[in-house]
Amino acid sequence: MKSIKTLIAVVALAGLASGAALAQSHEREIPPRQTWSFSGPFGTYDETQLQRGFKVFHEVCSNCHSMSKVAFRTLAEKGGPGFSPEQVTALAATYKVKDGPNDAGDMFDRPARPADFWPSPFPNKQAAAAANGGAAPPDFSVIAKARTYERGFPWFVFDIFTQYQEQGVDYIAALLPGYEEAPAGEVVPAGKYYNKYFPGNIIAMPPPLQDGAVTYLKDANGKPQAPETVQQYAKDVSAFLMWAAEPHMEQRKEIAFRALVFLLVFAGLLYFTKRKIWANVEGHA
Amino acid sequence: MSGHSTYEPKSAVGKWFESRLPIMGLIHSSFVVFPNPRNLNYFWTFGGILAFMLVAQIITGVVLAMHYTAHADMAFNSVELIMRDVNYGWMLRYLHANGASMFFIAVYVHIFRGLYYGSYKAPREILWILGVIIFLLMMATAFMGYVLPWGQMSFWGATVITNLFSAIPGVGEVIVSYLWGGYSVSNPTLNRFFSLHYLLPFMIAGVVVLHIWALHVPGSNNPTGIEKKTDKDVLPFHPYFTVKDAFALSCFLMVYVWFAFYIPNFLGHADNYVEANAAVTPSHIVPEWYFLPFYAILRAIPDKLFGVLAMFGSIAIMVVVPWLDSSKIRSGNYRPVFQIFFWLFAINAVILGWLGSKPPEGWYVIASRISTVYYFAYYILVLPLLGLFETPKSLPASIADSVLGKGGSGSAMASGAASSPSTKG
Repeated sequence: MKSIKTLIAVVALAGLASGAALAQSHEREIPPRQTWSFSGPFGTYDETQLQRGFKVFHEVCSNCHSMSKVAFRTLAEKGGPGFSPEQVTALAATYKVKDGPNDAGDMFDRPARPADFWPSPFPNKQAAAAANGGAAPPDFSVIAKARTYERGFPWFVFDIFTQYQEQGVDYIAALLPGYEEAPAGEVVPAGKYYNKYFPGNIIAMPPPLQDGAVTYLKDANGKPQAPETVQQYAKDVSAFLMWAAEPHMEQRKEIAFRALVFLLVFAGLLYFTKRKIWANVEGHA
Repeated sequence: MSGHSTYEPKSAVGKWFESRLPIMGLIHSSFVVFPNPRNLNYFWTFGGILAFMLVAQIITGVVLAMHYTAHADMAFNSVELIMRDVNYGWMLRYLHANGASMFFIAVYVHIFRGLYYGSYKAPREILWILGVIIFLLMMATAFMGYVLPWGQMSFWGATVITNLFSAIPGVGEVIVSYLWGGYSVSNPTLNRFFSLHYLLPFMIAGVVVLHIWALHVPGSNNPTGIEKKTDKDVLPFHPYFTVKDAFALSCFLMVYVWFAFYIPNFLGHADNYVEANAAVTPSHIVPEWYFLPFYAILRAIPDKLFGVLAMFGSIAIMVVVPWLDSSKIRSGNYRPVFQIFFWLFAINAVILGWLGSKPPEGWYVIASRISTVYYFAYYILVLPLLGLFETPKSLPASIADSVLGKGGSGSAMASGAASSPSTKG
């Protein structure tokens, strides 16, 4: 009886704690689950994948999407794509940023430095919307955490224990190649597209990726590191966006493990201390 | 219990100080030699856990406030700077955000423990009411804290909740405009919420002192619900309960670490990583998980004013619980019928939470109404009537008897008589 009550209490608590189920549109298709190097308690970013993803972002996405909270320097920081500081300096120098006012009181353009944040492709939101059929492309800084899909009961309870939290990247990796012909009866307005993973299915962004559009680095055999396909581009750029949203994830998971091991040992010692102290009390173990 | 102190300072400086401010004696009598019922189970460790969480939230919060900018144009960006560029800023923020959830998990266990073991009954009514006040202050603090990152859910959650006050006849609109500092949720709202979010935790700390003070007059309730009578019933707080609380806290911290470091965004909303935008409404506006049962009650009622009244009433009714419960027996352990209604109430609360996360349509609404009716019926019908009809199990004569296995068998009177020679009075 007592253990049943405890069980009910635990289940009730888990249910309460995980009531943060995210409600979104119901008709859209559930993105398929991908395998990510950064999932799970020991997950780390795959440097070469982040570099490939960065290439896709740099050559394709960044033409329309900003990433204004990410600084160039972070591309060379630990737990990221692992570019060298020289590479980052050279990359930054290819961009112009507005600075000033100088001593004469004038604003001026100068080459970007590693300390600068990623320059936005449009001067403001209105310009971005005007150039993209009325819908401003969203900023990419935290988009991997800003997108999700509803897991529903009981899956969201299991997610606590399996640590499945890659709904955002799974969604992005599914969305990018998720364009198709609209089913019969579905009207797609001019200048819009049909995407089976997008909430509401009508998306303003044209299919952004084509097979072979981005050239990957070659390995020792002269073959690309990874297939130059839409699927692979989508996956790589999703991984890159996860890093952009969570640049300190590797350190976070390392600390988590150390903290848990410490607490486990500490709690164990306290448990035996408690037993020792209570041992002289009649009727208590 | 409190009031008299056996504390004897050893050093000359200690004696000099103690004769002028007897604070060491107060601490000694309250947290060292304080006599606690020996049979407290692990549900009684959550008070200490809550005290830890309050301190943890204040410390992480004060440091976060050093880096945060309370301005509608800069708040979202300043939070991202904390996450990226402040040393261990991501850790502070994730600990603080998940700390709020851990605080609420602990407080819900604490409240349900009180409801099950009848800890609200005389002579602990003031202690219980102070607890309800702390709970309300916690809710206000958590709500305003969630607004500070200025994401979509911050903004729209603030809009929905502040709008509730407009349902109050006559003064509603005025109250809302004072909450907003304008005619909509905007920069002045964010500024005053930040100010209050920093203030309220210290008010909580103040009421916590009163809560502990009120606790130390009668002392802790216990699983038998019978008062301590002799020295055999009690053990000094230190080392018996300090070590037990420390062990429980360590276990609790493992859960905290799991959420804050492994799945830090599980309890949040993805929409809150999109900056607040007054022109775009999220498809579903959902409050944080700890508000969901009350949100479900709000939406279960088709009328706005009565919905708001029901929502606030669902918390306010806890104030009068000590007088609604007619049972002479304190602990649910000795009330077999009560146990059924109690666990239904607990499960019902979880269901309400789940319904609060669902859109208010179809059978969700019907289920919310049934759950809301049971929520109030538990307080208004079950607690007053059950005490009149229920036949409780026999109580042990004393706490010591219950631990040593002498109670439970035979009638309460018989075992009471048997143990009376050892009772000092």
